[in-house]
Amino acid sequence: MAFYDGLFNALGLREWCDAAAGSSKMSMASLLAKTNPDAADEGPVFPFPSMDELYQACPSFPQSREFTAGVEEAFLNVKDVLKSVLDPLTQPLSWLLEFALFIFLAAPWWVVVPLILLFVWYVCRSVAVTTFVTISFAFLAFIDHLDAALQTLAIIAVCTGICIILGVPIGIAMAKSNRFQRSLLPLLDLLQTLPTFVYLIPLIFLFSVTEPKLYGIAIIVYAIVPVIRLTDLGIRLVDQDVVEAANTFGMSPRQKLLGVELPLALPNIMAGVNQTIMMSLAMVVIASLVSAPGLGVLVLRGIRNLELGVGLIAGLGIVLLAVILDRVSKAAIARVSTDQTFK
Amino acid sequence: MVNSPKIEIRNLYKIFGSDPKTALEKVKAGMGKEALLSDTGHVLGLQNISIDINESAITVVMGLSGSGKSTLIRHINRLIEPTDGQVFIDGEDALLLDQDELRNKRRTDMSMVFQKFALLPHRTVLDNSALPLEVRGVSKSERHAEAQVWINRVGLGGFEKHYPYQLSGGMQQRVGLARALTSNSDIMLMDEAFSALDPLIRSDMQKLLLELHVELKKTIVFITHDLDEALRLADHLVILKDGAVVQQGDPQGILLNPSDPYIEAFVSDINRARVLRVRSVMTALDKKFKYAGDVAPSDTLESLIARSEGDTSCKFRVVEEENPIGQIDMQDLVKALVPRVSEVEQRNL
Ligand SMILES: Nc1ncnc2c1ncn2[C@@H]1O[C@H](COP(=O)(O)OP(=O)(O)OP(=O)(O)O)[C@@H](O)[C@H]1O
Ligand SMILES: [Mg+2]
Repeated sequence: MAFYDGLFNALGLREWCDAAAGSSKMSMASLLAKTNPDAADEGPVFPFPSMDELYQACPSFPQSREFTAGVEEAFLNVKDVLKSVLDPLTQPLSWLLEFALFIFLAAPWWVVVPLILLFVWYVCRSVAVTTFVTISFAFLAFIDHLDAALQTLAIIAVCTGICIILGVPIGIAMAKSNRFQRSLLPLLDLLQTLPTFVYLIPLIFLFSVTEPKLYGIAIIVYAIVPVIRLTDLGIRLVDQDVVEAANTFGMSPRQKLLGVELPLALPNIMAGVNQTIMMSLAMVVIASLVSAPGLGVLVLRGIRNLELGVGLIAGLGIVLLAVILDRVSKAAIARVSTDQTFK
Repeated sequence: MVNSPKIEIRNLYKIFGSDPKTALEKVKAGMGKEALLSDTGHVLGLQNISIDINESAITVVMGLSGSGKSTLIRHINRLIEPTDGQVFIDGEDALLLDQDELRNKRRTDMSMVFQKFALLPHRTVLDNSALPLEVRGVSKSERHAEAQVWINRVGLGGFEKHYPYQLSGGMQQRVGLARALTSNSDIMLMDEAFSALDPLIRSDMQKLLLELHVELKKTIVFITHDLDEALRLADHLVILKDGAVVQQGDPQGILLNPSDPYIEAFVSDINRARVLRVRSVMTALDKKFKYAGDVAPSDTLESLIARSEGDTSCKFRVVEEENPIGQIDMQDLVKALVPRVSEVEQRNL
């Protein structure tokens, strides 16, 4: 006797219910109940009318695992369509990541590392920061972790680049249109609150785990939000008196954007880029679950095999990378800010 | 040419709010600023403004804070769209211009100087000054050469490579002025251009503006809340209160015959001897007298008092370009120095 028998009787559905009796799959609970008849009577006094509970009263009623199966089937059905659209669109991302990883590893260290140091010097013009980066790289190389660190850096470089290329125009559009801003903000809030694992699952089924674009997309989706937000904010915060002056002298929207708004919003945009870089780094570690190479793989190995030393050293490498990326991008912000003389 | 004004403003209304058209009906039916705000939540910015702005003259718009001065000047280059009324520039209806025409008009025919300078902080003095030409697509060497001329003219030679933050307020406003001059437009709009400067620098800038005006004959619309500044610069003075014109005309005339207690209050505090000129006080020539000397119509009363050495019984002959055009009695002069105070205020005293 199930609790909700009476309900179906009262509704006159008994016949429909019993039509399916016996043909349906058995749930684990009912299986257990069968093998252990004593336990069957110890259900709650007034169970919630859940799918499984109703199924007990009426075998024609679907079980909750059928709901799960239905969702899975629906996803698998749209998957092929989605894939045929997304696959070609995102293919360049795979190529880019493969290319960057290849370049960073194939080129000898005495080419790659000096180039990186030159780049650091170029963006921040700070002896202290450049020295710190040099020492950090020397240390990583000395403990044989340079390749893993370079792989991580390559992934971050590509993903941050794409975040900027996509995020800045979106941010500009948001700053220009209140309606667009209103409709996009909830999505950005969602992206920032979603735990990463939640959207890793559909991504894994959408793309194969061996493709670099899988983790590329995961990182970009996670890290793009700050660039968008701060570009929007930066442009909205540009001194309205200066914008008015631009209008007064007859600047076209394009002249205004390139000559006034973007330059004045640059420190804010750079602050967004800094956050994006840091979030990419956080995500690249998680993404090693789905085959992203680099230091994250070593961290994962440490966790999986309880190899404490491996995990600790890899963690240290990531901390070093984090400090490097943060220092360099902050120094670059400081430089554009003083160039712009906002003091 | 002589008679048609450079800029004509006709029955201009501006109402801020969600439904200005309905509010406009109410204003036209006689509702005041306060009543409109409390009844409908709309702000009456300007009401029924008609002003003729003459070519090559300095028209000064004066009023207290919130009287609508900035709103008015922004209608001339259409940074603000009117709720009702017309603006003609060179006889052409400025409200009919489409976006491109308007942009071209702003590029070539008018420039503006701002109270808060509004310079581009990431550009040098030279690039800031060259901005109007850059917008028009003039080549770099050409626009820099032109900008350099005006930078030198406003007295900033040597500071071309500096950034705005490296300059004092007065210097920054000189850059603002150089920028407006580089655009080489006929019309120059100045919204409280000197209000943020300290009195000495301000006086220097006024002098510079007057010199430039003699030299360049631009049509200048100048906004201020300072009567001394207004009287120093104005060929034509417009006084605004709560978005409406309370009096306009020759500044000397307004000083001698204020039409409204609001204006009397404004004019009662200034040094009239320094502002009023012989022209405004002189009477018709009456040959019977023996004159103590000849004066020019543009002399200030202050200089005349100095010449008479305080003797109120003498009379001077007013001579313009060798022709006697009138006379001035020191007793009339002394009377003109006493501000007319409305009867209400006299009773209160
Ligand atoms: N965008 C706007 N929305 C609503 N009200 C406005 C707007 N702009 C101006 N106003 C109102 O219009 C009136 C005139 O403002 P305006 O800025 O023209 O004054 P002003 O004479 O230039 O004052 P100040 O000397 O302080 O610059 C004020 O009451 C102001 O509150
Ligand atoms: Mg103002």
